[in-house]
Amino acid sequence: MTNNNNKFQQWQNPLIYLLAFCSGFCIMGIELLGGRILAPFFGSSVHIWGSIITVFMLSLSFGYLAGGKLSTKAASLNRYGLIFIFAGIAILPVAFSSQWLMEAIFLAIEDTRYGSLVASMALFFIPTVILGMISPYSVRLLVTDKNKSGQVAGFLYFVSTLGSALGTIITSFYLVLWFEVNDIIVVFSTTLIIFGVCAMIFNRLNQASHFEQNRQNERQGAAHE
Amino acid sequence: MNKLCMTLLMAIISTLVISTLLPTQANAKTIHSERSLYRNILVEENNGLRCLKFNVKSSKTQQSCMLITEPQHLVFNYTKMLFSSLLINPEPERILIIGLGGGTMSNALLQMFPSAVITNVEIDPAVIKVARHYFSFIESERVTAVAQDGRIFVKRALLQNQRYDWIILDAFNGDYIPEHLMTEEFLQETKKLLSDKGVLAANTFSVSELYNYESATYKAVFGDFFNVRHNNNSNRIILASVKALPQPSVIKERARALTAKLLPFNVDINEISRYMTSTSIEQDWPQTTPLLTDQYSPANLLNLKN
Repeated sequence: MTNNNNKFQQWQNPLIYLLAFCSGFCIMGIELLGGRILAPFFGSSVHIWGSIITVFMLSLSFGYLAGGKLSTKAASLNRYGLIFIFAGIAILPVAFSSQWLMEAIFLAIEDTRYGSLVASMALFFIPTVILGMISPYSVRLLVTDKNKSGQVAGFLYFVSTLGSALGTIITSFYLVLWFEVNDIIVVFSTTLIIFGVCAMIFNRLNQASHFEQNRQNERQGAAHE
Repeated sequence: MNKLCMTLLMAIISTLVISTLLPTQANAKTIHSERSLYRNILVEENNGLRCLKFNVKSSKTQQSCMLITEPQHLVFNYTKMLFSSLLINPEPERILIIGLGGGTMSNALLQMFPSAVITNVEIDPAVIKVARHYFSFIESERVTAVAQDGRIFVKRALLQNQRYDWIILDAFNGDYIPEHLMTEEFLQETKKLLSDKGVLAANTFSVSELYNYESATYKAVFGDFFNVRHNNNSNRIILASVKALPQPSVIKERARALTAKLLPFNVDINEISRYMTSTSIEQDWPQTTPLLTDQYSPANLLNLKN
């Protein structure tokens, strides 16, 4: 083990926690803006929040399932970064296609309860499923010791739920006062994509240093012979 | 010495407690209270005045009041000021009221215009029930109440090609503002719902930073509008119309013609006409104020800033 390898390896877990924090932040920020986005077409009655929260919980549950399954085959930081990039792309329609989508649903469904449910499904289901995959995938990447798996999962939930809490309060107290809804969505999307790319670059660098180290090890082994 | 202090302290505390409790207990009698999906609803009676309240503690929460012996008398200044709309369109045939309250406005309009179609839209079904039971809210073939979000009602009515001569927007209470009823997009939808002689009367505020944003948004959609407000009142009525605003001489003449008709309702239209100022004469907000849109509408946050 050389210092060169440690330098990257020791930053991998903090990076994963940072990404999990960021995904928690974005999920709740988007959920909160959901109410704003649906209001012009479906009003601000209590059942609007019923629809939004139902869809988010439902898609997160499917996301956990899918993320867990995905983590069983060739789990890597590279794929982890790809999840973030896909999530970032999947939330873009919330900003750019929501108007005609909601208009079509508004015309087709008279009851605002089911209208808002279908609209939240159309807008938020796919991105939230993808964002939900992040938690179990993070556990897979972080756990190395069975005895510490509970502790690792606990700390991960702590970090990502703390992100959710901050995402909720900062979006509702400040971001809506400073920016337009679509701008905030685009910023969330860009942030997720940038973090995803960071994870992939980090992975590349880490592997390169591994490769370098192995070569050094081989050379040293050959010299001993 | 210690004992004396304690007794004194107790005496002060108990006087304080009693004095804060007394006014509400001795004067106002709560005759109905319930918790609906949206708020706490209270009906209180005090010296022959029956009031609908949406919260207990704050003082600005009276929604609607009625004199039990003279239900047709309008109690609140702002409801009276809403009648300034008649100076723009004296003969409304189809009236839309968004925000029912006790239904006192609907009742008054029914008496004034017996052949008019009056549609009340109220988000909270519990408020409609309370209006029926405690405020003798009258419904008929022509006077109806729909339990729906105001924005949705307007959108659906547009699809059905409905038009209204008078739209009264009274959905803002002091505590919470439905932000999607303040945006440029909503006002454009409302404007489309007005007939060609139609008038929109919005009961809103005249304090807080929201004032500028709201004014700028109305101006962008309707052009110049009338502000109707009285010095000692935090309410203001925005009167906006599809057509150009009438000249002061026309207003004066119409006010004279309406005086007798409105007096039984405790409305002095001549006085109210003096509270009207056109924004073409006095524009009291900065030209650069951003508009409220569906994308940007932090109305409740802006309303916190003074």
